[in-house]
Amino acid sequence: MSLMTLSVVAAFAPLVGAILAGFLGWKLGRKFAHRVTILSVAISFAASVAALWQVWGGARLDGELYTWIAGEGFRLQVGFLIDRLTVTMMTVVTFVSLMVHVYTIGYMADDPGYQRFFAYISLFTFSMMMLVMANNFLQLFFGWEAVGLVSYLLIGFWYTRPSAIYANLKAFLVNRVGDFGFLIGIATIFVACGTLDYGAVFGLAPKLAPAVVEVIPNVPWSLMSIICIALFVGAMGKSAQFPLHVWLPDSMEGPTPISALIHAATMVTAGIFMVARMSPLFELSETARSFVLVIGAITMFFMALIAIVQYDIKRVVAYSTLSQLGYMTVALGASAYPVAIFHLMTHAFFKAVLFLGAGSVIIALHHEQDMRKMGGLAKYMPITYATVLVGCFANAGIPPFAGFFSKDSIVEALAATHTPGHMFAYVLALGGVFVSALYSFRLLFFAFHGEERFAAGAHHGGEHASHGDAHASHGAEEPGHTEMHGKPHETPWVVTLPLVLLAIPSVLIGGLTIGPMLYGDWFGSSIAPTGTMEEMAREFHGALPMVLHAFTSIALWLALAGLATAYFLYMVRPDLPAVIKRKSGFLATLLERKYYFDDFNDWFFAGGARRLGSGLWLWGDKTVIDGIMVNGTARLIGWFASVARRMQTGFIYHYAFTMIFGVFALLSFFWVYLRKL
Amino acid sequence: MIPLNQYLVLGALLFAVSVVGIFLNRKNLIVLLMAIELMLLAVNMNFIAFSHARGDLAGQVFVFFILTVAAAESAIGLAILVALFRNLRSIHVDDLGSLKG
Repeated sequence: MSLMTLSVVAAFAPLVGAILAGFLGWKLGRKFAHRVTILSVAISFAASVAALWQVWGGARLDGELYTWIAGEGFRLQVGFLIDRLTVTMMTVVTFVSLMVHVYTIGYMADDPGYQRFFAYISLFTFSMMMLVMANNFLQLFFGWEAVGLVSYLLIGFWYTRPSAIYANLKAFLVNRVGDFGFLIGIATIFVACGTLDYGAVFGLAPKLAPAVVEVIPNVPWSLMSIICIALFVGAMGKSAQFPLHVWLPDSMEGPTPISALIHAATMVTAGIFMVARMSPLFELSETARSFVLVIGAITMFFMALIAIVQYDIKRVVAYSTLSQLGYMTVALGASAYPVAIFHLMTHAFFKAVLFLGAGSVIIALHHEQDMRKMGGLAKYMPITYATVLVGCFANAGIPPFAGFFSKDSIVEALAATHTPGHMFAYVLALGGVFVSALYSFRLLFFAFHGEERFAAGAHHGGEHASHGDAHASHGAEEPGHTEMHGKPHETPWVVTLPLVLLAIPSVLIGGLTIGPMLYGDWFGSSIAPTGTMEEMAREFHGALPMVLHAFTSIALWLALAGLATAYFLYMVRPDLPAVIKRKSGFLATLLERKYYFDDFNDWFFAGGARRLGSGLWLWGDKTVIDGIMVNGTARLIGWFASVARRMQTGFIYHYAFTMIFGVFALLSFFWVYLRKL
Repeated sequence: MIPLNQYLVLGALLFAVSVVGIFLNRKNLIVLLMAIELMLLAVNMNFIAFSHARGDLAGQVFVFFILTVAAAESAIGLAILVALFRNLRSIHVDDLGSLKG
């Protein structure tokens, strides 16, 4: 099968599934809905694997499927670029999507919107595929917007809940801010290159590198820097980088399968993928890479800190995702694009495990999400426990799990690069390693070990959730939270099988693919070669030596320290965390309020928009338009008339006098002044 | 011969007197009508003076027109006056203020 056919199948099969499940699912039933969508995503996965096989053998496709607009000197088309980078993403996306589809059968079993959910997640798969397979910026943007839309639909899946609607609007609006920057970048590219096709743009890029524009007169800015920073702003919105990170924790309002699919493995990685795809452009602008480094570093470390004070199991994983996205971003900033994609891939697996594992716990405890009502689950849910354990080890970056290879490579890349800001990022990365291990194992110990708190029944216990979004953290994912009776038991196979299938790569894929992916020729021409990668290649001697070498570097010891600290605080001395929290006073509050970002956004942007609206209404509309312009004009005319009407005396002789006087005046004018008589 | 100027001055004086008579008159509507007639007369004077000076008979013929019109207009004016008096019971000019704005 040609690559073009495989691409068409891979991209459009999920769309067909989504349409069938969406329009016919209500009539033909739940089984039909899940069968048709799982089949379509499985077909897409098979096509992606086939494409992977072909591309591994050296094939490449950069072709057009359909011309949308052919204008004077430009062409807007639907096309596919299938190279090494694309097939990596395609395989990851379809695999995780397939796992999530299967998992959803169990998770959403008693939800009335079952068919709608399957239609949405298939639609998402289609959108993400269009995004990664695009060969031009317009299609990329289409996919970009489409995944944002489906994310909105899915976060607000339970649309009768106000917290879900708040969250989905927030996600969409914050994304929009990023998209604004993204559009500016795309438009600049179009103006500078006259085309939106990747091939043409990458070809023209070296010639454009020295170009300078003056947006503010007499202040020259590098054109390439403007383009790259603008594109990265889009990535900041989509991949939830500081300060556009605020939507991701709220997106946990959606059902857990989509938290796994969209907000861990695929949609949020679209930004990372996009920057890696644009590596030829980013390599030409050090300013942009610096910017990327700093933003990524801030996200990486400070979001991890928030994760250690969260009680909602999903929010811990959400902040973990934010932090890991920060890691990927700094890898991009350090010109180590293959490392970022590598971490994207390993992260997709282990983060999906963590989310789906959390979901498994949630349904086993009848939709309880607060970790303070869990504990001791290891012996009741062994499969879930084992897979989450694997996920935690991978997240913390402990060898030989996948996360270790990717995370360590990132830390190395930060040391190897020379882009300004790399030391800042390096220090924060190391700090982040400690914190990642800390929150991962905190989650594990809190939820799976220790005393069993789930049978306590009181879900309105004295302690209210201490973080600001209390309305979402308080247990019920669905209205009608039922009480726990008896002991929890392992969830059905449709839930645990995806967990196992995702845990396996979390263990193996790191060691197996690091060689060819980062230092071999896996990415080939799809990613620009960089000095950082060359330097790292000199240090790399294979996966096993890397593991052994880790014992001499600080990162591994920091991770183990994090693990030990978590063990100490949550297993040996579980009374300590509360003491620390009390003692740290302001710091604890700062973390719990998420650095007051949400409060600021609510006050400044949302409140500001409302104030602007009221101001415009009261002043602009009522005072100026109604008062001055409309009523004012009427009053003015009235006043003028009241003055003018005094001329109408009603006395004839006044009128006669005026007439005569007027005649004389005219005569004089004509005779004397104009001399016309 | 009497110079033309003097006739014209006479006409102008008559006209001026009638104009003053229109707006300085507050008490009597009939005086108003008389002033209007005087205005017409002054114009007639002008016409005849020019006609005599130029030897052109057209001026004098025009005077006839004016006289006719003046007569008709007086008749109507007096008729309006009578009708007004029947309603207003006064010929005081100041009482005609109902058109006041």
